[in-house]
Amino acid sequence: MLTLRLKQPSVIPGFGVALGFTLLYLTLVVLVPLSGLFIKTASMSWQDFIATVTAPRVVAAYKISFGISFLAALVNVIFGLIVAWVLVRYKLPFKKVFDAMIDLPFALPTAVAGIALSALYAPQGWIGKLLTPLGIHLAFNPAGITIALIFVGLPFVVRTVEPILQDMDTELEEAAAGLGANRWQTFTMVILPHILPALLTGFAMAFARGLGEYGSVIFIAGNMPMVSEIVPLVIITRLEQYDYTGATAIALTMLIVSFALLLVINMLQRWNSRRAEV
Amino acid sequence: MKKASIATAEHPFIRILLIVLAVTFVGIFVMLPLAVVFAEALSKGLGTYSHALMDENARSAIKLTLLVAVIAVPCNMIFGLAASWAITKFDFVGKRILITFIDLPFSVSPVISGLIYVLLFGTHSLLSGWLERNDIQIIFAVPGLVIATIFVTFPFVARELIPLMEEQGTEAEEAAVMLGANGWQTFWYVTLPNIKWGLFYGVLLCNARAMGEFGAVSVVSGHISGLTNTIPLHVEILYNEYNFAAAFAVASILTLLALFTLLLKSIIEYYFPHEIKALH
Repeated sequence: MLTLRLKQPSVIPGFGVALGFTLLYLTLVVLVPLSGLFIKTASMSWQDFIATVTAPRVVAAYKISFGISFLAALVNVIFGLIVAWVLVRYKLPFKKVFDAMIDLPFALPTAVAGIALSALYAPQGWIGKLLTPLGIHLAFNPAGITIALIFVGLPFVVRTVEPILQDMDTELEEAAAGLGANRWQTFTMVILPHILPALLTGFAMAFARGLGEYGSVIFIAGNMPMVSEIVPLVIITRLEQYDYTGATAIALTMLIVSFALLLVINMLQRWNSRRAEV
Repeated sequence: MKKASIATAEHPFIRILLIVLAVTFVGIFVMLPLAVVFAEALSKGLGTYSHALMDENARSAIKLTLLVAVIAVPCNMIFGLAASWAITKFDFVGKRILITFIDLPFSVSPVISGLIYVLLFGTHSLLSGWLERNDIQIIFAVPGLVIATIFVTFPFVARELIPLMEEQGTEAEEAAVMLGANGWQTFWYVTLPNIKWGLFYGVLLCNARAMGEFGAVSVVSGHISGLTNTIPLHVEILYNEYNFAAAFAVASILTLLALFTLLLKSIIEYYFPHEIKALH
């Protein structure tokens, strides 16, 4: 029988019920609704689709979303590595609290993060008040979007690099030092190559998260078309104008990018876990 | 020995610099936003604070958020248990693809997560005629909020349980069945005790996201005060009305929820590190 070849025999009961429910629920909640994006976009002509997704305001939003997500992910790679390093290698007072706080961006609702960041960096805010007299404006412009995306992406790099650093054998570093490498050479030639897959995974995760982020960004972005308008907001604006097809076409392009990123992240994770086993 | 440990440690100056950088970064990006929520919430005094929380629209938002979570979280918990049972206790073709599909909602923007249900159940959708004839409203109503929340929190429980149960293998279950236990007894007395902390951990994270979700519910809600506004949406409305103290007062409940979640999470990670997968 075909089923016998598709599934290894087992004495444990419940396979049919569990898999059946899983597939039904997955199909109804995720696959059918997601396929709606493709079906709705298919009702557009190719020319209409291209015109919609390459309209100047949409292209400007792509540039802003991609550019700033990239920049924020890069900042998170650098500081995430420093934070992970400090957490793994050094003694700190209140380390447990410090460690737990890294996950706050995962746990804090994005709308709360959005209004809090906006209140901090607005001209009358705690930080804005200090910077505005110097001519530095970090809210209601692309700089504000960067700050919000640094916040939401912060835990990714720390949490992917931390376990790899923890498991890393210090013998390698001792060997490098014994062979005459200074600390910087040991870092760039021994430690960095070892944690590179983890760093890249964290970068890709923070980047992907930044692309789709909405709640924490819109309060601090200023949302000016062509200047500080992110793609998710363009989709919302189209919806509010009852341009469902336009919204769907833009959403579909973003979704395809996200799925491509998911594939990249999966590959990086496989590379990373092979590295962790060595 | 001593020489080696010096050669593999940073210069004290570098060490202090790195600590200062790490603490400053986390201080500016995490601690300050946290502090500003409470400072702003209490900026007009306790009276304004409690008034904002006792307000009728605030109370209905709190009730709605609880209702949405009470439906969405158990749905995803049952799904997570079923999916991880099928995936980890049996060997079948297509497992990896199934796991990838379960993870999909995490890579979809919250705004798109809301949009797909507007396309499915909204005014111009395929189902709209049937829904109208039967007087069922999903978009701009509570069912839409629930299903959008289910979508964005879909993978949480499953992705905690799958690696954990994979590691635990199938021997205990096989032994139980050989000794005459039925499927339900095997799950209840053998599997569940082994995964209870992992399950709780997944449910905890699922619940935090369910109560705090903004983008997806914002698309399907329609923002009808007192009817379809969850707590995060109520915060947005107050903020856009320049009612900052009230917005932050309501936001402070969500912040306390986040802190409580982190506390429980840290406790589980500290006391049961081998009974959840997160530390692998």
